[in-house]
Amino acid sequence: MTPGGTPGAPGVVVVTGTGRYLGAHVAARLAADPRIERVIGVDPAAPNPELAGLLDGVERIRIDLGSLGGLLADLDVDAVVHLALVTAPDPQQGGRSAMKEQNVIGTMQLLAACQRAPRLRKLVVRSSTAAYGASFRDPAVFTEETEPREVPRGGFGRDILDIEGYVRGFRRRRPDVTATVLRFAPFIGSTADTTLTRYFSQPFVPTVFGRDPRLQFVHFDDALEVLHRSVAEDHPGTFNVAGPGVLALSQAIRRAGRVGVPVLEPGLSGAAALARNLGFGRYGLDQVDLFVHGRVVDTSALEREYGFTPRSTVAAFDDFIRAHQGGVVVTRRQLAAAERAVLDGIRQVRAAVREQP
Amino acid sequence: MSQPDEERRRAGANGRYDVPLDVAGSDAEPARCNGRHPAPEAAPVPDAGTAPAADPPGGAAEPGPRDPAVPDGPGDVWDRRVASGLAFLRRRFSGDYQVDEFGFDPELTGSVFHPLLRLLYRDWFRTEVTGLEHVPSDGSGLVVGNHSGTVALDALILSAALHDQHPAHRYLRLLGADLVFRMPVVSEIARKTGGTVACNPDAERLLGSGELVGVFPEGFKGIGKLYSDRYKLQRFGRGGFVSAALRTGTPIVPVAIVGGEEIYPMLADIKPLARLLKLPYFPVTPTFPWLGPLGMVPLPSKWLIEFCPPIPTAHLTDSADDPLVVFNLADQVRETIQQTLHTLLERRPDPFGP
Repeated sequence: MTPGGTPGAPGVVVVTGTGRYLGAHVAARLAADPRIERVIGVDPAAPNPELAGLLDGVERIRIDLGSLGGLLADLDVDAVVHLALVTAPDPQQGGRSAMKEQNVIGTMQLLAACQRAPRLRKLVVRSSTAAYGASFRDPAVFTEETEPREVPRGGFGRDILDIEGYVRGFRRRRPDVTATVLRFAPFIGSTADTTLTRYFSQPFVPTVFGRDPRLQFVHFDDALEVLHRSVAEDHPGTFNVAGPGVLALSQAIRRAGRVGVPVLEPGLSGAAALARNLGFGRYGLDQVDLFVHGRVVDTSALEREYGFTPRSTVAAFDDFIRAHQGGVVVTRRQLAAAERAVLDGIRQVRAAVREQP
Repeated sequence: MSQPDEERRRAGANGRYDVPLDVAGSDAEPARCNGRHPAPEAAPVPDAGTAPAADPPGGAAEPGPRDPAVPDGPGDVWDRRVASGLAFLRRRFSGDYQVDEFGFDPELTGSVFHPLLRLLYRDWFRTEVTGLEHVPSDGSGLVVGNHSGTVALDALILSAALHDQHPAHRYLRLLGADLVFRMPVVSEIARKTGGTVACNPDAERLLGSGELVGVFPEGFKGIGKLYSDRYKLQRFGRGGFVSAALRTGTPIVPVAIVGGEEIYPMLADIKPLARLLKLPYFPVTPTFPWLGPLGMVPLPSKWLIEFCPPIPTAHLTDSADDPLVVFNLADQVRETIQQTLHTLLERRPDPFGP
């Protein structure tokens, strides 16, 4: 294979965040692609034991993003896939300040290194639909051009805005690099383990009283496919990545056979912060805002550019349900049986009444 | 079942709305007979003597889950109703329904919200609808109406009446103020019945996908006006609705609604209280707040709704950003509604008439 790989596909790819679930899977998938010569996984931490098996074909380097500059130049890196984002503060790993350090400062350092890498020609950055913020005056469906009405309250949303701002600056300074920003809807699937999948796998699911947000998910495998294509092909621009269609939160809870427990909205943000400090769950203002406002994005730009339609939100969520049957409170079969029983009961009573006179 | 019986039943089912669909002209006398119930759609237990007598009670001995204990007689309306009601509940409880990207839930709207509104618009307000032929049967349309009544009931009545009486049974997708979407519960009812925030991206997205969109450009200025200002159209704002229609080449259908002003006649507006509660106004009506929750019952005024001939915009798609074109069109719509309001008011001398 010629240096630089086939047209479009890069020869040497650096993937950040390989110590985490998404990064490890993306690196493994790229390593399995014969068009790509070398895949280098960068993460300051060692991967989880269950992820280490995935990373056999990946060269692993344990440095943090600040010392990436020399590496990118020395190894003649063609493409960088930036996935090292933290979506929720983890009290065990420094909480919100460590999260911001990793997300914002890490991205700044990475982009500074990329700017000085002479052979770099492709940058793929993981972003999130949290970039659209949350407000009552928002349009129902966000397109890539929609500007957020106000700065999000949640830490992750603010980090995403900062990150996208830095990428805009990078695009101006290195117009020769193909920069792809992928705004992912929350991941879901049979194996993904995120704040949201943990939320839906409880038997009793807290919701916000009087709010039934519209949610969209993207199946984890489809997210991998889009990331893979972004590296192997050229797709400059910013794209929403979500499963077409919508699930209302109440509908999602019912489909999963869980029971929703409405909680009053005032004081919820405080309660979420308190619970987080006490170490229950990791729901932050990002989640509270999502469960008040919901978030739906337009994916027609992705479908046009990539020629690929992720499986629908409903299909992705059904796949998640099949893998998480443990916490089911009410099954569909029970509901159908109850329907039969009530109908038969009413018919018998009516028949008996008719027999009487 | 005897032949005349069958005929009566069918007539009952077809004549659910005895308000005639084609009320003569706009100058005709309002129908006098509406509001009275037609004969019930079907007898509660039709032919109790004939149909189920055939099956012996012993047949109910082993009720398996698949074969019903009581075979439903073909004419047993109540059996079908119970079965479909239970199936509806099962679908709701298992999340087995579709919601569009705006949160619109047609099943819930059709089976819960519209039947409730039907009681209100048909039996309480005795609403008469004319000019339905001006509402397109397919493709997009922008229905622009006058707003009134302290509580925006007119929007709900308009959408329910349009869906019931239009031959194509079209759903009206309402655009609401952001205050509606700020309030818990209310915001979700608005979304589930097909509403969304009044903003140009949403309006253009709905119109672009061929929906019928309803908008009230007066906003709070319209519903929050005093009773003495009734049926005087307020300012139409920036005419954002016109540019949405122009950009998508959608015809504008002006609609005049008479009757909404009398349901909660607003005698005064307590501004300091409104400011305290962060509301656009705080109404004082003859019954509210004096009678407490009883004051929330709308007065039974007589309603007339007239759809006016559509104003085509397909030839103006390039002028969506031309303020002159936009303002002229908005004025034309406003004038049409105001004049139609006057003619409708002449047809209805007594606001609480039959």
